[in-house]
Amino acid sequence: MSDTTPTVQFLSLEGELRPTDAAEEFADRLAELTDDDLRSMYRSMQLARHFDAEASNLQRQGQLALWIPSHGQEAAQVGSAMAARAQDHIFPAYREHVVALVRGVDLYEVLRLLRGETHGGWDPTDPANGNVHGYTLVIGAHSLHAVGYAQGLQLDGVVGTGDLERDAAVLCYFGDGATSQGDVSEALVFAASSQAPTVFFVQNNQWAISVPVRVQSPVPLALRPTGFGIPGVRIDGNDPLASYAVTRSFLDDAREARGPRFIEALTYRLGAHTSSDDPTKYRDPEEYAYWVARDPIVRFEKHLRLLGEGDAFFTDVVAEAEEFADRMRRRILTAGSPDPATMFDHVYAEPHPVMTEQKLWLERYEASYAEGVQ
Amino acid sequence: MVKALNAGLRQALADDDKVLLMGEDIGTLGGVFRVTEGLQAEFGAKRVFDTPLAESGIVGTAIGLAMRGYRPVCEIQFDGFIFPAFDQITTQLAKLTNRAQGAFSLPVVIRVPYGGHIGAVEHHQESPEAYFAHTAGLRLVSPSTPHDAYWMIQEAIRSDDPVMFFEPKSRYWPKGAVDFGGSTTPLHASRVVRQGTDVTLVAHGAMVSVLMQAAEVAQEEGISAEVIDLRSLSPVDYGPIVESVTKTGRLVVAQEASGFVSLGSEIAATVTERAFYSLKSPVLRVSGFDIPFPPAKLEKLHLPDADRVLEAVDRAMAY
Ligand SMILES: Cc1ncc(C[n+]2csc(CCOP(=O)(O)OP(=O)(O)O)c2C)c(N)n1
Repeated sequence: MSDTTPTVQFLSLEGELRPTDAAEEFADRLAELTDDDLRSMYRSMQLARHFDAEASNLQRQGQLALWIPSHGQEAAQVGSAMAARAQDHIFPAYREHVVALVRGVDLYEVLRLLRGETHGGWDPTDPANGNVHGYTLVIGAHSLHAVGYAQGLQLDGVVGTGDLERDAAVLCYFGDGATSQGDVSEALVFAASSQAPTVFFVQNNQWAISVPVRVQSPVPLALRPTGFGIPGVRIDGNDPLASYAVTRSFLDDAREARGPRFIEALTYRLGAHTSSDDPTKYRDPEEYAYWVARDPIVRFEKHLRLLGEGDAFFTDVVAEAEEFADRMRRRILTAGSPDPATMFDHVYAEPHPVMTEQKLWLERYEASYAEGVQ
Repeated sequence: MVKALNAGLRQALADDDKVLLMGEDIGTLGGVFRVTEGLQAEFGAKRVFDTPLAESGIVGTAIGLAMRGYRPVCEIQFDGFIFPAFDQITTQLAKLTNRAQGAFSLPVVIRVPYGGHIGAVEHHQESPEAYFAHTAGLRLVSPSTPHDAYWMIQEAIRSDDPVMFFEPKSRYWPKGAVDFGGSTTPLHASRVVRQGTDVTLVAHGAMVSVLMQAAEVAQEEGISAEVIDLRSLSPVDYGPIVESVTKTGRLVVAQEASGFVSLGSEIAATVTERAFYSLKSPVLRVSGFDIPFPPAKLEKLHLPDADRVLEAVDRAMAY
């Protein structure tokens, strides 16, 4: 945190618009945001924060097998997700609930995933889900899928035609720990080599479970991509405006065939890594307090108030967020178990003798119990 | 077989413009075995392209391309170099269609030149089939003749499932007829390649020709061996095997790979379950030893030859 890497930041801790030098280059992009967009940013952050708290409770009550909190990382996610255009494709890791929400995914599907009902959740090919691809639990593996997908966009001729509303790019999220994975390095190599329209968005939340970022990378992560031939920038990940402006600009670069880009969003995981984690074992309380003071929702509320937003708006949003979380809770409590036969579905795209045999075997076996063993 | 594969790939590229070839040195060089020779010149560097030297990257980006509607055919340069891509193949390629609940399929073909008998150095002679056969979501096939190579590669590319296409290196150069106009056996069917009544011999890839030699010698000794070419390693087409064993009462399964937890073990167990009352002797396995693939000067001792197959046939006949 003491390194001097230039950081793109627009908002001061008090919510005032005070762009850093590094931010000037991206300042134009803010003009694209309407007041409604700003309110919508805040609303998404609050919805996600309440949803996250509810999901953590559900996990403690045994309703979910695991919970992966997004608490603290709302600004990085909301800004970047709103920066993506409708035709862009999103390859998340597994903590990008705010991104999913912004792009239209029903977060109930995220709950079902972590409840152990599915391995997939939403259908990434259904336009209602905003081209958000599935979560990937193998750290970094999806970064290559993102690049391959971006290469597909190139082959399809929807990159660099000059039509910003049609040309597409890929936005790929992963954590600071993921940057140690070979796949992420290979993804950077392949993206640079093919100039595939990919924006890598690293949420540097400082910790990969209990291992701090300095173990993953002795150099600031924003410097990493340079060696691969990819421009990189560090942003204040708790500033949704910085996240928006840089992601918007980089995605447009990518879609205009100027090549891949890399963003390091400096943020913090305020909660545990997952519900199985105990951050008190490795985390300094002072560090935690430092970041609580940088809570992205608190800061953005200050900003909106400076812009003239009154109490009524904030009260309404919080009420809506509570209602949203409550509805999720009620839905998951009445969720059933998946049909056992579905275990054998979609293992293969084409008919497969082993699936057919084993599905029938299980049906007969179960039926033998239902009928009572003779 | 190299020419047959080349012709098969050419046909697949011509038939469907979503088909892409990708891998290390497959473009201007035409692959280290020249399987893709001339294809980049013919179809352009967008359809046939050299990738950076990274196997996980090759398979991982192929997955992304397949998600976008392409049908990538990846070449892994040698069997022993597939392991950097093992994670992408087993945790991603094999599972993503299932994870997406069928929302998309991943028609990726991974071509793997495999097996010994070419006198090469370490990591260039291995038979890693079993690692992949163990993984649900993948299909595995291996041609043993140029005719099958020509047709099977096209069928593998047409398949909507990921297919691991194991090419027996030692069969790359021997010549054989290809019936370009004719039809072919379905991709996942095994085939009886020699009729016999006393013992059934089963293998895939390069071992099929070893079985044929063994069967000829056995014939001279008055033992009639039926030879089956597996062709498909996952799923295994047990129909013709069980039918044959029902007739002969004896089964010898042969493979270059090590025997422990191998395809041969699996076939031995399944055929024992399905044809127990027909068996006159235990199912026997002939395989490489359970050692790292030995230096080339010793490979002859490791890889089963016709004599090792005949020794097993004799044991089976002695029951
Ligand atoms: C290949 C792999 N190794 C280990 C794990 C177990 N694991 C899950 S999350 C995690 C830490 C990831 O840290 P980071 O990439 O920084 O992302 P964050 O969870 O902080 O968002 C680890 C080690 C995994 N999921 N995948």
